[in-house]
Amino acid sequence: MAKDIIKELKKYNLSGRSGSGFPTGLKWELVKNCRADKKYIICNGSEGEPKNFKDKFILENYPEIVIEGIKTALEAIDNSSAFIYLRKDYYQKFNDNLKKLIKELPIKIIKKQGGYLGGEETVICEAIEGKRPEPRIKPPFPTEFGLWGYPTLVNNVETFYCAGKISQGRYEGTRFYTITGDVKNQGVYELPEKYTVKEILKKTDNYPDFDFFVQSGGGAMGEILLEKELNKTIQGIGCIVVFNAEKTDPFALMKEWTKFFLAENCDRCTPCREGIYRIDEMLNNKKMDKQTLNDIIFVLKETSLCPLGANAYKPFETLIKKIIK
Amino acid sequence: MIEIIINGKKIKTEEGKTILEAARENNIDIPVLCNHSDLKPGASCRICAVEIKGSKKLLPACATKARPNMEVITDSPKISKTRKINLELLFSQHKEECFDCVWNGECSLLDLVDKYKVKINRFDDRKKNYPVYQFGNAIQFDSSKCIDCRNCIEACHLQGVDFLEIKEKGSLFQVVPSETKDCIYCGQCLIHCPAGAFESVGEFEDIEKPLKQKDKIVVFQFAPSIRSTLGEEFGLPYGKLVTGKIVAGLKRLGVDKIFDTCVGADFTTTSEAEEVVERIKSNKNLPVLTSCCPSWVKFLEQKYPEFIPNISTTRSPQVILGGLIKTYWAQEQGLDPKKIFVVSIMPCTAKKFEIIRPENNVLGMRPVDCVLTTREFARLLMRHKIDLSKLKPEKMDNMFGNPSGGGGVMESAFRTAYEKITNTKLKNVEFKQVRGMQGIKETEVKVGSKTRKIAVINGLGLAKKFMEEIKSGKRKGYTCIEVMACPGGCVGGGGQPVPTDAKIREKRALSLYEVDKKKKIRKAHENPIVKKIYKEFLKDKKLAHKILHTSYSRKGRGLIKKI
Repeated sequence: MAKDIIKELKKYNLSGRSGSGFPTGLKWELVKNCRADKKYIICNGSEGEPKNFKDKFILENYPEIVIEGIKTALEAIDNSSAFIYLRKDYYQKFNDNLKKLIKELPIKIIKKQGGYLGGEETVICEAIEGKRPEPRIKPPFPTEFGLWGYPTLVNNVETFYCAGKISQGRYEGTRFYTITGDVKNQGVYELPEKYTVKEILKKTDNYPDFDFFVQSGGGAMGEILLEKELNKTIQGIGCIVVFNAEKTDPFALMKEWTKFFLAENCDRCTPCREGIYRIDEMLNNKKMDKQTLNDIIFVLKETSLCPLGANAYKPFETLIKKIIK
Repeated sequence: MIEIIINGKKIKTEEGKTILEAARENNIDIPVLCNHSDLKPGASCRICAVEIKGSKKLLPACATKARPNMEVITDSPKISKTRKINLELLFSQHKEECFDCVWNGECSLLDLVDKYKVKINRFDDRKKNYPVYQFGNAIQFDSSKCIDCRNCIEACHLQGVDFLEIKEKGSLFQVVPSETKDCIYCGQCLIHCPAGAFESVGEFEDIEKPLKQKDKIVVFQFAPSIRSTLGEEFGLPYGKLVTGKIVAGLKRLGVDKIFDTCVGADFTTTSEAEEVVERIKSNKNLPVLTSCCPSWVKFLEQKYPEFIPNISTTRSPQVILGGLIKTYWAQEQGLDPKKIFVVSIMPCTAKKFEIIRPENNVLGMRPVDCVLTTREFARLLMRHKIDLSKLKPEKMDNMFGNPSGGGGVMESAFRTAYEKITNTKLKNVEFKQVRGMQGIKETEVKVGSKTRKIAVINGLGLAKKFMEEIKSGKRKGYTCIEVMACPGGCVGGGGQPVPTDAKIREKRALSLYEVDKKKKIRKAHENPIVKKIYKEFLKDKKLAHKILHTSYSRKGRGLIKKI
């Protein structure tokens, strides 16, 4: 190989674009250095959080760069083969084109099982192995014990896009942002990752002239930010939803979230299964008990098994604190 | 060995152990609910969550492996707070009916209420309208008590049955019976459910029934394993033998006659030995598959009908003894058999199903009228305020009160078959290789000129795998295979006291072996009553067949209803 790609990934401080922000170079290195006869690479194209479709945008416009990224990983990690794991509609849409680009490379395309949680890295491993799509207990992490117990590198579509760009020497420190809600120009934009929410809204000519708040970092799990808090970059997935403060019913909004979480969680751990059920119940009864809500948020944060449960509290906590008060 | 620090104290543990295991070895208590040592950790209840230095959130002790120099805190205000709230959420899905729960006060949910100041009614029961399902005439599942730990699903899966499933209804998953598969009534779901959502049919409603048969002569028999398990229900140590106390308890209840199912087992093994001899001589229908375990028989009839000719046609001990009570004994006593009401105390939920199989009828009568599980019998005594632990042992009634010390069914039958084929006494009476708690035990015995392979399997999941290997030819050349559906055999049965785990099963089994060792007669066919009845009564071959043998057929799904 011409250059040490892991060094390059580290040089650019590339971090995962699935939401967790794990340092990509380190992840590749962990898998590379594991001793095993076989290793796997999974390109995760199962994006399922509402109001977010940047991976779709990338697969539509830059599939060859994503494949380049996977190819780079295949070269960097000995004895490896790869899977592209696509949600069902993406599979239908992009399967043919991706196959053309894959040519002889050891890359298989797999259709996603289950809903939103089907995109969590250990759930993907379970699903590809043909088991019930449920999260595994971590540790061990997939980097050490992934598909069929072999070290497995799981990265998001956008992360492989960035790796592809880095390998081609064309990476410019950008990321993709999905902008939706009460804005003029909805869509996906590629902009510098250093941009603040405010800059992104301005640059895309989406900055509202009315009283508003945004949900930043995910259409369900993102945190609520007020206009005065927009001078920061985005955490999680690059997703901005703008809400007209006057026209938005915060209870209806929360109901949207509980509906999503109830449908998409796996119902395995107590805080997520029962806690979210009780938040939803309070919303139905239009009676939010602060103590109960705080208690549920506390156990979600502290004792959930997977990132869905552990992050589900964020929108509720911030909306109630900042908007409902 | 690695070193970890729990609550500031350095402890040593083996690599690969979980924090929970390491803590328990050092007598550090971490509360658990969904954890069961038979099952791989599901880590769903989150009650065992502990603090680990370097981890942002709490992690479940049951599923987190100890790593060198890990620093763990098992209790803190933060941990207590999560336990309290998670318990309140768990109680919110569990309808409390503590007065008639199989856990009978040993509830791991209630145990934590005081310690963590849990308000059990903080939330409405969200499952109050969830259905009760009944599987055959053996098991009921009250889904309004289920706390979604899925232990039952895992236990059912380990049994190779996969009858219990999870299904998404609305936005919530529920445990439901399969729409295509069938239950084999083994009761392992019940044994592994921490919430008491499973019970055997009649466990709390009908247990008085046998004693209400006032116009009848009530005869009780009880299975071998009961004597080493019933004491647990009365606070006696695991494996404590209470044979004489059971007799005393039954006498206090006003039972007319008390017999030992072990004597039925002597008939079963004698008859089974004859079958083994015959099949070896004719080289037909080998291997012989044992028929004592009704779950195993049902499983074969439904899943492996091609092996039906291999199942021993000999009836199970309780069925043979019931049949003899209603024929031979009735005749001896000059009683109308229709006036005799036979009750068996069994370690098993499937035995309830066995007695309603029409193939087991004897002269148009059911050989056994009612089966009580070990737990149910304990409830019956308690309702009558009889404390077993305080009773003075009494002797069983004659006629069917003196069994041989035969050991397991196959062991005993094979020993008898050996002597019949070789005309020599078998010196080494105990097949040590086929004892103990491993799931599959095998041994080879030279019988005449040929070496015979026998296998004893405890646990239906293992048996299923074994049968698949026989089908594929990977395993071959077996003469006899004994299968008991439950892990550890009947000592781990679905009718036994809870809790049950590997260590408890071992203690229960050990004391049963001790019973056998002490017996003078170690061979079933040498038991005087067996000799006598064979000579006097069963010489009529037609009658003998009706009492000793049964038949099997391909079967569809049993009754599964929503109540």
